[in-house]
Amino acid sequence: MEANTRSTGRLPAAFLTPGSSSFMDFLSEHQPEILPGNRQLPPTQGVIEAPHGTTIVAVTFPGGVVLAGDRRATMGNVIAQRDIEKVFPADEYSAVGIAGTAGLAVEMVKLFQLELEHFEKVEGAQLSLEGKANRLSTMIRSNLGMAMQGLAVVPLFAGYDVDRGKGRIFSYDVTGGRSEEHNYAATGSGSIFARGAMKKLFRDDLSEAEATTLVIQALYDAADDDSATGGPDVARRIYPIVTVITDDGFRRLTENEASEIARSILERRLEQPDGPRAALL
Amino acid sequence: MSTPFYVSPQQAMADRAEYARKGIARGRSLVVLQFADGIVFVGENPSRALHKFSEIYDRIGFAAAGKYNEYENLRIGGVRYADLRGYTYDRDDVTARGLANVYAQTLGTIFSSAAEKPYEVELVVAEVGETPEGDQIYRLPHDGSIVDEHGSVAVGGNAEQISSYLDQRHREGMTLAEALKLAVQALSRDTNGSEREIPAERLEVAVLDRTRPQKRKFKRISGRQLSRLLGAGAAGGDEEEASEDAE
Repeated sequence: MEANTRSTGRLPAAFLTPGSSSFMDFLSEHQPEILPGNRQLPPTQGVIEAPHGTTIVAVTFPGGVVLAGDRRATMGNVIAQRDIEKVFPADEYSAVGIAGTAGLAVEMVKLFQLELEHFEKVEGAQLSLEGKANRLSTMIRSNLGMAMQGLAVVPLFAGYDVDRGKGRIFSYDVTGGRSEEHNYAATGSGSIFARGAMKKLFRDDLSEAEATTLVIQALYDAADDDSATGGPDVARRIYPIVTVITDDGFRRLTENEASEIARSILERRLEQPDGPRAALL
Repeated sequence: MSTPFYVSPQQAMADRAEYARKGIARGRSLVVLQFADGIVFVGENPSRALHKFSEIYDRIGFAAAGKYNEYENLRIGGVRYADLRGYTYDRDDVTARGLANVYAQTLGTIFSSAAEKPYEVELVVAEVGETPEGDQIYRLPHDGSIVDEHGSVAVGGNAEQISSYLDQRHREGMTLAEALKLAVQALSRDTNGSEREIPAERLEVAVLDRTRPQKRKFKRISGRQLSRLLGAGAAGGDEEEASEDAE
């Protein structure tokens, strides 16, 4: 049977064969060559230069979770892009933020979104949050060959668990290893600094507004010490992307909302460059 | 040696068409109609889990009457087609027209192939546009023909009668509540002209609502929202109620 979508003829037999509800499983049987994991990389010398995304942070609060990312993509010591988007909705109740090779990461997100949507349409029900997290794990694992050549993708996955009624965060390593993070998490080159900031600022009774402020503080601190992470760019009006996932679903802060928080943080930092202080004891 | 019976092609096709039509007529009819903010799908369906209507893609919905396993198979084929096409090209390149063509080819090939039994299904593929003029509704009977419909369409056993009832009463720019009420009236008329009551819990209702902020416009309507809309429709179509539901 002719395996292509370009033909206007009859649906190929594979389309009408009962099978799995996974779009990736369907592709791997029907058109395996277009799955990113099946791509053969020619032998290369050294590390391949490609734009890299940097810091992604997430924090939970009672009733939901916040996922945010800076806007800088770097290639070596060059800023490749100042307004890249690294945080995406995965579906109604989850989002994924990506550090690592930008091109591959964006493609992985696209496939991941499609995988969740496809399942939902075929089954008439959403995957559990755990199921979504596992699916992402499989996708990262299929990218291991590329990761070994320096083209790693390391996402942070956050979502609202409808069954448990709370926000949850999952972090990954390049091999697809998945671990659930409690309270807060960060990934990417600035993550060590962001994590330090979040450790000092996190409380378990944060409001949604406080949580969004916290992640921007953390991104500011990451940008402060990591050259690959971009801070709020007031002159160009480029602010971090902040998304909130609650019982009501996914919501991305508007540019106005994000700029308001970023500006008030900047103002305070003019007086106190290191940001808010935690009590010594 | 025995000679096989000769059956004229006309007779063979007529037999196959009759077989398919009888199969479709065993199920209940359903209707799809345009309203001000989009397209509404209404059908009688006692099952909460086995749907007659579903989402194919962002702006495209699917409705089917007839044999469940056959249309379910076509539905999943359509979802795979749409998702693969959107992944290969772009989400905007997935259109109801393209999907309807593929379904027409598929049904047509099955219908005229002697090796397969004809599918006992009748489908509707609808796409909601940015404006009511951009809405597209295609009806696909069992033989793979394709009909471009406007305003309202009914499929299933009692389709002709329901269609003519709808044609007389459907008008442009109805509110959701009005369109829903009209659809239920059309469905509750029996072949002999008498009316019966269809309780709200036996109704399956879904909309493609162009005012939804999400890119996926398909939405099921059930429970309290459905009874509120039906109540509003009975009171002569309440604008406020309908717009409240659009959120």
